[in-house]
Amino acid sequence: MILFDPEKCTGCGSCVDICPTDAIELINEKAVINEDECQLCGSCEAACETGAITIESEESEEKGDSGVDLSQYRGVWIIAEQRKGCMAPVVYQLMGKGRELADTLDVPLAVVVIGFDMRDQVESLAGYGADTVYYVNHSDCADFNDELYTDILVDIINKYKPEIVLSGATAIGRSLIPGVATRLETGLTADCTQLEIDPEKNLLLQTRPAYGGHIMATIVCPNHRPQMATVRPNVMKKPQVNPDAPCEIVEIPFDPNVYSIRTKLVEHICEGEGEGALLSDADIVVAGGRALKNSENFELIQTLAGLLGGAVGASRPPVDSEWMPYRYQIGQTGKTVCPKLYIACGISGAVQHLVGMESSEVIVAINKDRSAPIFEVATYGIEGDIYEILPALIKRLKELR
Amino acid sequence: MNILVFIKQVPYAKEVRLDPKTHTLIRDGVESIINPYDMYAIEEGLRLKESRGGKVTVMTMGPPQAEDALRDALSYGVDDAVLLSDRAFAGADTLATSYTLALGAKNLRDFDLILCGKQAVDGDTGQVGPGMAVRLDIPYVTYVRKIRSVDDGTMRVERIMDDGYEVIDVPLPALLTVVKEINEPRVPSLKNKMRAKKQSIAVWGAADIGATTARLGLAGSATQVTDVFKPERKSNLEWLEGSVDEQVDALVDRLQKLKVG
Ligand SMILES: Cc1cc2nc3c(=O)[nH]c(=O)nc-3n(C[C@H](O)[C@H](O)[C@H](O)COP(=O)(O)OP(=O)(O)OC[C@H]3O[C@@H](n4cnc5c(N)ncnc54)[C@H](O)[C@@H]3O)c2cc1C
Ligand SMILES: Nc1ncnc2c1ncn2[C@@H]1O[C@H](COP(=O)(O)O)[C@@H](O)[C@H]1O
Repeated sequence: MILFDPEKCTGCGSCVDICPTDAIELINEKAVINEDECQLCGSCEAACETGAITIESEESEEKGDSGVDLSQYRGVWIIAEQRKGCMAPVVYQLMGKGRELADTLDVPLAVVVIGFDMRDQVESLAGYGADTVYYVNHSDCADFNDELYTDILVDIINKYKPEIVLSGATAIGRSLIPGVATRLETGLTADCTQLEIDPEKNLLLQTRPAYGGHIMATIVCPNHRPQMATVRPNVMKKPQVNPDAPCEIVEIPFDPNVYSIRTKLVEHICEGEGEGALLSDADIVVAGGRALKNSENFELIQTLAGLLGGAVGASRPPVDSEWMPYRYQIGQTGKTVCPKLYIACGISGAVQHLVGMESSEVIVAINKDRSAPIFEVATYGIEGDIYEILPALIKRLKELR
Repeated sequence: MNILVFIKQVPYAKEVRLDPKTHTLIRDGVESIINPYDMYAIEEGLRLKESRGGKVTVMTMGPPQAEDALRDALSYGVDDAVLLSDRAFAGADTLATSYTLALGAKNLRDFDLILCGKQAVDGDTGQVGPGMAVRLDIPYVTYVRKIRSVDDGTMRVERIMDDGYEVIDVPLPALLTVVKEINEPRVPSLKNKMRAKKQSIAVWGAADIGATTARLGLAGSATQVTDVFKPERKSNLEWLEGSVDEQVDALVDRLQKLKVG
């Protein structure tokens, strides 16, 4: 039920702006909520500075009270993703954040590795801040399988009861973790870009873009455990390595006969070796937008990227128009990148694009429209025509070689 | 083959833009549409039905006006539609949504395959499909870009991964979430549009699907939104002005300071 206190309403309109279903209007400088349109999403309650809007559960009981004994849960866990025995880069990125959260809570940090024959990589996790590694090592676990991995994770989470479980928001993480969270009957926040601990309640504050990046929402999971989140790759920084750090490795026994797995992997085909595959990890990215007009013009982008030793990226229109394959797409529905240098050429800077690149260290924007939103996130702005700037830049860089 | 497709009605603003001065959303002409990814699920359902027989049912959980999305789906040739609607469903997070939808599917009983979109564009979570499959105890495959074959109750599908794709065999009944690469949705036919207007649509509430109220909607949700804010943009922009050559020189200078180029 949504409750509204007209006394407290100042008519500021922040609820009207934030409401995703347009269920609120200002009439005579007071918010008026259309209850048929309202989905009780809570955005307005969170946006209202004066507490005029509150959302209450129909039953007066505490919202979502799960009867779970929260005090039994302790520690921060990271679910490590591996492909063919290699750790995904997001695992190391999560370790830095995981360590920070664990230190704030004064609890241990553990990593779960499910795979086969990965002893070296498992041991190296100590240097990234793990206190414990839970290692499931069996040939049946070599390849990712939603059902098998879910069963294993549910068992060990139930046994050791961590309070926080994090995973990368990769194809694997976003497929696997929802099933795990549902089996555990707990909350899960997808695609987080910021994680912090609420100092008063010790809850995990999980912040993620919503409505295509137009707003950021902070989400908590107060009464269920563990608190689970998937985290966008390349938004957290990989920590410094400390080679002497101690760490306990706990081998989790695996009995293949316990599990009845219905889905079978027939084959795994790797695609996009070459530039596109390197995009997420590149230090330098040169990206082109709709202004490139066709695939031939993308040679300008390729040449510039080649000269700088960087990777090529694209906004969505070049991908939708099939000038570039999907794997080059950067943004909400594409890859997230966090290079040292990002050069945006003829890209307007729609929020859906910005969420995929705005944490880049230095952003250069080249656009002929001075009011393009890309300049709001840029470090260096060039108002100009890419068909003049890029050839001149390429020429200068070639001269300097 | 009987196919159950889950669709969600989402707000769609033709032009979603931020006002550069006030940083508020400019939303001219917001309308409700079927979540775009669910359109591919509907289309795939129709194609399977056309090649193998059976029927396609769409189901959605939402307010009464979500009926529009169901009628829209019928106009593409879907056979039947069910609306899960009850005040008790409102405010559901993905945990409560997957609970409600799974009960809806159980109440329908008769399905060999469930199709969902890879994610809903309003919440962008992609959690409801896998969650529902777990609750129904059926296998699932996410990000399916192709159904290669169906033999003896087993489907062979291709699913997109970050580094390529996987070919997976999954026995039916199963749940798939689909991506846009899977097909090109058709346009509605006039005949189906006429039928869609008249067809009666079943509406099931909490009691009809045998739901426990405490697990529904806001009460059954594990997560809570505590804050929403406009993304902060650090502005430390330096304009590189002048002629093209001057601009390029200035940029090359900055790049050299960064030790690139
Ligand atoms: C659900 C959803 C998900 C989305 N996901 C993504 C995503 O993942 N990634 C993404 O990028 N987009 C995404 N989009 C699309 C996004 O909203 C924008 O439409 C898109 O980013 C715009 O791309 P663009 O900047 O290349 O094109 P435009 O917005 O058309 O901008 C082109 C720019 O080029 C400039 N220009 C034109 N000619 C020249 C020239 N000769 N020299 C210099 N400048 C020139 C123009 O001034 C303009 O600013 C998504 C949208 C939705 C609704
Ligand atoms: N309220 C709903 N009613 C019906 N289907 C839904 C609903 N919410 C989510 N879905 C389905 O689950 C998919 C993923 O949604 P989400 O997890 O919200 O991103 C959607 O593409 C739909 O197929």
